[in-house]
Amino acid sequence: MSAETGTPAPVPSTGTRATILLRMLAIQGAWNYESLMGNGIAFCTEPALRMLPGGPDGPAYRAALARQAKYFNAHPYLASLAVGALARAELDGVPGGTIERFRTALCGPLGSVGDRLIWAGWLPACSLLALAVFGLGARALVVVAVFLVVYNAGHLALRVWGLRDGLARGLRVAGALAGPVFRQGPEYIACAGALLAGIALPVALARVIGPGRGEGGLIAGILVVTALGSVTLARLHGRVEGWRASFVVLAGLALYAVARHG
Amino acid sequence: MIAGLLPFALLGAILGMDVVTFPQAMLSRPIVAATVSGALGGHATFGLLVGATLELIALETLPFGASRYPEWGSASVVGGALMSSVSVRGSTVDVSAALAVSVLGALATAYIGGLSMIVLRKLNAVWARAAAHALEAGSYRAVVGLQLRGLLSDLVRGALLTGVALLVLRPIVAASVARWSVDARLTRAVVVGIASTVAVGAVWKVFHTTRWAVPCFVAGLAGGVILIVVTG
Repeated sequence: MSAETGTPAPVPSTGTRATILLRMLAIQGAWNYESLMGNGIAFCTEPALRMLPGGPDGPAYRAALARQAKYFNAHPYLASLAVGALARAELDGVPGGTIERFRTALCGPLGSVGDRLIWAGWLPACSLLALAVFGLGARALVVVAVFLVVYNAGHLALRVWGLRDGLARGLRVAGALAGPVFRQGPEYIACAGALLAGIALPVALARVIGPGRGEGGLIAGILVVTALGSVTLARLHGRVEGWRASFVVLAGLALYAVARHG
Repeated sequence: MIAGLLPFALLGAILGMDVVTFPQAMLSRPIVAATVSGALGGHATFGLLVGATLELIALETLPFGASRYPEWGSASVVGGALMSSVSVRGSTVDVSAALAVSVLGALATAYIGGLSMIVLRKLNAVWARAAAHALEAGSYRAVVGLQLRGLLSDLVRGALLTGVALLVLRPIVAASVARWSVDARLTRAVVVGIASTVAVGAVWKVFHTTRWAVPCFVAGLAGGVILIVVTG
């Protein structure tokens, strides 16, 4: 029910929802250090805002679009929950001030929960799964397919669920983040990721080394270097980045290998 | 030569976009991007080899919000392309040396790519500031225009990055491989050693706070070692 007019609030059609979902894939298209993904939220909610009284030329539409283009930050996948909830709130005619406070309150949880679940859980777990498949000798196409299918099953499901739940709950969307997936999911995914890491690291490294890995204590040498190096990196956490250290070591090796040639 | 770079530049543009702007389906992960690039160069398996090595290193960098990180999408396309271009002779020495210099080239590109993303984000802010009045007035054109401009700029960024990196790195990498004087097994050992070091450090960083992570890792490690022994 619209709070302003007392009439039933408009419900986005399947086509509108599909358009929003498609736009969600580009939500960070104009990401910047000032409004972060604010413009992206406006871009994604816009198809639903056209259903406001007066249509896309009306003052309600313009006021809502201006509100949604302001600063916003969240995990890009979980931002679908915000897009759905904000679109619902606008269509319900919730006062602008309330929507702005609601937007501010959403930023923190949607960022931290998404980072923990996806960037620090699902993504590394799927990477490690792909590395394990690679290490077990799978062909290139199989490795790529396993990674993309498994990762994106989770990714797309989260986006679709977020939009649907956000549109259904509106301002009551906080309850969606209290579900078991968000409370216990990161821990289960981390355990699965650790298990996969244990499997993936030795088999992937064995495949990269290739034939002759058992000769001359090569594996033993690599294991010692890995153990010492990783402990050092873990202790230096935050001060030395592994990829930079890799660059320096490989550059040194390349210079030595070429210079020695004379 | 320039025409030969175009397919890779286009691939780098698309996969560079995937990192942040569209569609973030992780097509830009090294294990995917380098493999596809290798396949484009006619050597998917070599692309996979460099992709898996880069993936081990990339495990460490998680794309949290406004943090600054290397851009792996275009960089992995460069890595796969370099690997497929210099490994064609297929001898053991070539492949090992090519792996080392391709990974090195990809890391350099990832660094430059990360910087180019910062520049683009600052440009997006400049454009958003210029459109501030229109945005405050709720202009559809301003919102959609900013979004499309950002997307297109990212596409161009990825294409330029990939094209220029390949143009510069291909001859350097070819010359380095031709003059490579370190034993092939030692070369691979260094590459694998550094990649595994970063990967183990990353796994520790990501999972160590979870209650059952250490026993799970140890159980997996035992399974992995058994698999190596069984499969020879």
